[in-house]
Amino acid sequence: MFAYLVRRLLLMLVTLIGISIVIFFLLRIVPGNIVDILFAAAGYVDPADKVDLEKQLGIDQPLVVQYLHWIGGLLHGDLGYSYVSEKPALQEILPRIPITARLAGLALLFSASIGIPLGVISAVKQGSRIDYALRVVSLSGLSLPSFWLGLLVLTASVAMFGQMPIFNPNPQSLGEAFATYCIPAMVVGFRSSALTMRITRSSMLEVLRQDYIRTARAKGASDAAVNYHHALKNAILPVITVIGIEAAFLIGGLIVTETVFNIPGVARFLVEAIRWRDYPIVQNLVMLIAVVVVSANFIVDMLYAVFDPRIRYTD
Amino acid sequence: MAAIDFDVELRRAGAHATGGWRRVLFLAQRHVLGAAGLTIMAVFVLTAIFADFIARYDPLTVDAAHALARPSLAHWMGTDSFGRDVFSRIIHGARISLAVGIGSTALGGTIGVIVGLTSGYLSGWVDLIFQRVSDILQALPLLVLALIMTAALGPSLPNVILAIAIPLIPTVSRVTRANTLALREQPFVEAAKSIGMSEVRIALRHVLPNTLAPLIVLATAQLGSTILTEASLSFLGLGIPEPYPSWGRMLSESAAEYVRTAPWLVIFPGIAISLAVFGANLFGDALRDILDPRQRG
Amino acid sequence: MADTSDLVLDVKNLKTVFFTNSGLFKAVDDVSFTVKRGETLAIVGESGCGKSVTALSLMRLVSDPPGRIVGGSIMLEGTDLLALDEAAMRKIRGNRISMIFQEPMTSLNPVIRIGDQIVEAVRLHRNLSTKEARNIAVEMLHLVRIPEPARRAREYPHQLSGGMRQRAMIAMALACRPALLIADEPTTALDVTIQAQILALILDLQKELGTGLVLITHDLGVVAQTAQRVIVMYAGRKVEEASVEALFAAPKHPYTRGLMASIPAVPAPGIAAQERLNEIPGTVPSLVRLPKGCAFAPRCKLAVKRCEAEYPPLADWGGGHLAACWRAADVAEVA
Repeated sequence: MFAYLVRRLLLMLVTLIGISIVIFFLLRIVPGNIVDILFAAAGYVDPADKVDLEKQLGIDQPLVVQYLHWIGGLLHGDLGYSYVSEKPALQEILPRIPITARLAGLALLFSASIGIPLGVISAVKQGSRIDYALRVVSLSGLSLPSFWLGLLVLTASVAMFGQMPIFNPNPQSLGEAFATYCIPAMVVGFRSSALTMRITRSSMLEVLRQDYIRTARAKGASDAAVNYHHALKNAILPVITVIGIEAAFLIGGLIVTETVFNIPGVARFLVEAIRWRDYPIVQNLVMLIAVVVVSANFIVDMLYAVFDPRIRYTD
Repeated sequence: MAAIDFDVELRRAGAHATGGWRRVLFLAQRHVLGAAGLTIMAVFVLTAIFADFIARYDPLTVDAAHALARPSLAHWMGTDSFGRDVFSRIIHGARISLAVGIGSTALGGTIGVIVGLTSGYLSGWVDLIFQRVSDILQALPLLVLALIMTAALGPSLPNVILAIAIPLIPTVSRVTRANTLALREQPFVEAAKSIGMSEVRIALRHVLPNTLAPLIVLATAQLGSTILTEASLSFLGLGIPEPYPSWGRMLSESAAEYVRTAPWLVIFPGIAISLAVFGANLFGDALRDILDPRQRG
Repeated sequence: MADTSDLVLDVKNLKTVFFTNSGLFKAVDDVSFTVKRGETLAIVGESGCGKSVTALSLMRLVSDPPGRIVGGSIMLEGTDLLALDEAAMRKIRGNRISMIFQEPMTSLNPVIRIGDQIVEAVRLHRNLSTKEARNIAVEMLHLVRIPEPARRAREYPHQLSGGMRQRAMIAMALACRPALLIADEPTTALDVTIQAQILALILDLQKELGTGLVLITHDLGVVAQTAQRVIVMYAGRKVEEASVEALFAAPKHPYTRGLMASIPAVPAPGIAAQERLNEIPGTVPSLVRLPKGCAFAPRCKLAVKRCEAEYPPLADWGGGHLAACWRAADVAEVA
């Protein structure tokens, strides 16, 4: 178990370092840095000013030095300064995290509480009208772009209340909290609940084909006991892994949904920073996302070991 | 015991459906949804091919006099803020979605297959490196990676295709690699080796064809997701640049302003995206049921 | 025939078919047999001959679709199982009739403790508290000679060896003292050394509990050691039925003879030891497109015109020795 953990953590570290290298150099392979963008607006450029600014931002140094400087800072909790606001990147990013985390948590809750039961029903009633209907609904759920769903919600809101929900980070009333967090979370969670449902269904169908299900029937167990005691206990395990997959899936949904609803979370901040070529923000945000995804997968594997008596990470 | 109509039961099981067309017809009846998906995709492809004949206006022509016109007989889906005909733009938008969908799936798929075959076949350190690179690419959400790629490469159609193709590579290569590893142990591969066939020839002649079914299933499943990613990228303003009529671009952030004043600008492009992706997903699902019986639902 | 009051199982004209996309698949075609209290009936045949489907039909566990029991009757202790509704059938499954499967590795639920799986079987049919049922579970594990039964009851299937798991399966199947036990190739998946132990255990418990046993196997050696009576199945039909002694002394069907000849060192008189094993040429025909006549005719050395034209009826050759073969009288001479 211990050896496995060490191996696993080392692999995570390798992956994270790899991501940092890929992101850092990818962002800098194109000509046109922040200085060009800033000066483009001004029209006339004094070459001396430009060199000055480049020096000030540290982008006159070789890329490798810049990279090592960034990583070195990361280890000390120094994420550098935003090119745009000139504030420490950490100060820019930190306050946005709880907003996105709240949305993501709600969306995940929504996705699991809708997706898992519907997936089970769909599998148990395989081939029935209910199964058919649920499959069509889940597939259409996967086909609707989150941002369009968000826009439709806004359109509906305008049609019904004559106004759009305006984001308030500290909602005063229950209604406001609902508009601020729950509606966007549902928009994001709709897609992932469709994914959860499909994975639960196929996992459940796989289990229902197993020999031990036949054994349970041979004992005289009822359909309910077979489906919910024998099958679900096994089928739920792969569904747990979905939480890991969905961490990545959710972030995609959050990026567009925060943009649609104008929510000042980290996901929308990433898009803004990319547009502004605000490298310190972009690279740190991408690292944050990578850490979240990688740790989500790690936690899922550990959960697996807790729930499945067969798995003991020994090697 | 209730009387059993053997003929009815056998028809239900598909025993009458032998031979080419009867089999196809039977499969279409059995997989109504898949047939519907195929039809949607066919309409979508035909629209893209014959866009010039279907569209009633030039998708790029600006007509300020008729900006933000409501849907009418002249403009079925209204016009946008530049007075461009929304219907014509949606028809032409099919080309972009199709190009991105097919282009990036084919590109990512081909590279993925090559990487997967090499990785599964050579093993050793080549495999190890490919695996770690896959880990890296898969640790980032598809949209994030595609965003960074288009930001780095600049917004243009080929760059969008590339940006969406690259995140597909690890998914495809992992499936190919797993199949290759399993197939390498198969007797017919051993047999081919024993009669002195070269490794490359074995990989291409024996291993690849046998991993094809799961790859086709995977590719169809990815088609919808690539179309959706392009739409998201363009929506965020980092995909297909103006003035080209990408469905996602038509919905770009400014759409939030038109929610109040011109909802047709929001509704129609979204329907186009959803329908195209839905068609691809329906077809992909049915194809998986038919080609991959183990996964059958 | 035997005293009918002693009959545990009386199967008449059982017919189970599968509706597949290549046509109607007659997996069990007009098969009849009986089992007496404490008796062992072996069903023998090659894989695909319908013996496992016969077993699942007795439990009414043939999956529908594609399979369906379309005819006959299955009388268990005087009740026709085919006339029962699903709820009534559930009360009988695992209670009056139980089954042990071929694969002990996959037949136990991997995430439920062994003891709890037996407790479930007990509590489904007996009105007992969990504690009482747990005591019975441990008792059953002791009965199947699992050492430290109380500790093993708390373990998960993966912690047990294949042989141990099959013992646990037997404990579960016998927990409610069924009148009939069906064992579908119970030792095939086990190591040779374990096979004999498990067989001996089943027979011991059968004797102790007076259970009727249907043993499904492809191994005539096992049959010789365990069964009182044998039915031989080929392509979904019963082609021969006899007492073990009569069958081994003088098989009446060329297929049975072929099976015996293809097994090394059959411990039966009347067959000369051979240097080389005789195999039966060809394979079992597709159950979808069966020939009009005898299904074995294409592989049979004795086949004549009539065999291909007409299906032979089951004829009694004395003492309940039944065989369905036009050339039954000549089987002993040739070979």
